[in-house]
Amino acid sequence: MSDIPRLRVESGTVVLSGPWTLAEMLPMLDLLRSGLEAVPASVRHWDLSAVSRLDSAAAVLLWRSWQGAWPASLAIGPLHRQVIARVAELPQEMPPPPVAFVHLPEFLGRQVLKALANLRGLITLFGQLLLDCAYLARYPGQIPWREFSANVYKAGALALPVTALVGFLIGVTISYLSALQLKTFGADVFIVNILGISIIRELGPVLVAVLVAGRSGSAMTAQIGVMRVTEEIDALSTMGISRSIRVVLPKIFGLTVAMPLLVLWTSSVALLGGMLAALLQLDLSLVYFLENLPRAVPVANLLIGLGKGVVFGFVIAVVACHFGLHVRPNTESLSANTTSAVVTAITTVILVDAVFAIFTRHVGVPQL
Amino acid sequence: MNQVPVIELQGICTSFRGFAVHQDLSLQVHAGQIVGLLGGSGSGKTTLLREILGLHRPDAGLVRLFGVDLNDPDVELQRQLRRRLGMLFQHGALFSALSVFDNIAFPLRELHCLDEDWIRRLVHLKLAMVGLGNGHGKLMPAELSGGMVKRVALARALALEPELLLLDEPTAGLDPDRSQNFVELIGDLQRELGLTVVMVTHDLNTLAGLASHVAVLADHRILAFGTRDEIMTVDHPFVTGFFGADRRKLL
Ligand SMILES: Nc1ncnc2c1ncn2[C@@H]1O[C@H](COP(=O)(O)OP(=O)(O)O)[C@@H](O)[C@H]1O
Ligand SMILES: [Mg+2]
Repeated sequence: MSDIPRLRVESGTVVLSGPWTLAEMLPMLDLLRSGLEAVPASVRHWDLSAVSRLDSAAAVLLWRSWQGAWPASLAIGPLHRQVIARVAELPQEMPPPPVAFVHLPEFLGRQVLKALANLRGLITLFGQLLLDCAYLARYPGQIPWREFSANVYKAGALALPVTALVGFLIGVTISYLSALQLKTFGADVFIVNILGISIIRELGPVLVAVLVAGRSGSAMTAQIGVMRVTEEIDALSTMGISRSIRVVLPKIFGLTVAMPLLVLWTSSVALLGGMLAALLQLDLSLVYFLENLPRAVPVANLLIGLGKGVVFGFVIAVVACHFGLHVRPNTESLSANTTSAVVTAITTVILVDAVFAIFTRHVGVPQL
Repeated sequence: MNQVPVIELQGICTSFRGFAVHQDLSLQVHAGQIVGLLGGSGSGKTTLLREILGLHRPDAGLVRLFGVDLNDPDVELQRQLRRRLGMLFQHGALFSALSVFDNIAFPLRELHCLDEDWIRRLVHLKLAMVGLGNGHGKLMPAELSGGMVKRVALARALALEPELLLLDEPTAGLDPDRSQNFVELIGDLQRELGLTVVMVTHDLNTLAGLASHVAVLADHRILAFGTRDEIMTVDHPFVTGFFGADRRKLL
């Protein structure tokens, strides 16, 4: 360590000494570089015999300062000469790897193709699911009950606290804001209609879908993705175990079952929050609220909400599993696919919600 | 030898969930030695290498590299220390999102001192050293065979021109030809650069061709440490079992 790489020019000879290694050169790299550049081209004699260690980083540095040719005379130990000889064998020019320029039309085309490929993948997965269901109907002994219940527990039961918290706060907020408006019109009692319809029919399902897509959807993609990266999926197939029945199917049905339950739970808690806010803000008693709720909100709304829950859960799980199954075995692809899964799931959920809104526009609207 | 030992382990104790792996283990490796670390499967060889690297902290004991305590709080000192080490992990541990070329170039780029041309030359050099061609640089780690992963990982471990090289089962998964090349490569590097090498290996040929010293890890400690010939004479079930009929080959 006490020794450092040194460079001297004396009487027409460049004398190098000390350890010429990357670690030793780093602290004084600029000095050494400028020293090597300052060597006049007329000096063609190099003495490296006093160099204690010479690694390939230093050899590349020297070779470049010799402009890719051996100097006229070179005093160097045989081991060090070998190091430089290795560098000398490299091609003179090191062209940078070609940078791929992406043109806009090409980029757009790729995106469209990717979207189509994803759509195809989703349809394939759906078809596989139907085939699996048919298979399981014939061999009911193979239904993966344990995985199914584990998924209901993970995606449903464990999500109860967070969905309750968010639902409660949203309920309070909506109730509070609506109460401010309603008060100015003296239409206090309509808070029941506003809260009931908006939460049960619309907000509850969508809120839960967004939370679950972020919580369980991403987890599903990541889990299947890592299983692909570590070849666990391949190990399963070699044991003759269908990956779609054992891994994909329980996830999809688990979430499809858990979602409507979560929707029911979250909507109830959100209504509770709204009721409490109404009590404080408008002096509307809880009993009055509950008594009027069935009248203001026809039961069809509850069914629509639960139906949305089923469909949303199915969509989120299918999208998550699709992206998980298409993770390529590297970390970058894993993170990209997890992101895509969540974004696609939420977008699709909102799209489906719009479709629901169109087709159920005459259903469950209270006639006053 | 009055030099500071490159690796100094003193009184290392390690246990996982109450299950002891190392008990009062001590070892000194000096500059220029190529130490073959022998031990049964699950005897804690990988764990020992991880402790030398500072990736795992032993329950008790002292680890010094180049005379620097790994618990030294000086961050810059620790960083400089790490640059003097190269590690070949048992399963390669290549960055899966980077191509082979970028995997090897990564530690060099992280120095922020070298220009691209320099880095490209160094990467080509390392690739050539481990017997891979230019075309392999574009491949992704997932597209490599097990042996190629090993070789790329070695090239990456060598990228920073380390003074201390730790190899975890370097020749496992290589064909005999490749592992002979590997032995020659490490031998050459050792002579050129005065590398210190600690390698875990079960391959007698690698051991015979490369190791100047052998350390035997058994009964939770370094049972014996010495030159190859010295170790051959140790009378312990593991040692006699390991060399067994192959004793001749080593000599
Ligand atoms: N992270 C860990 N957690 C728990 N136990 C571990 C861990 N790493 C290693 N072990 C245990 O320590 C022992 C030694 O492991 P290892 O060092 O990998 O053995 P080997 O000598 O085969 O490389 C094994 O019994 C292993 O089960
Ligand atoms: Mg191991």
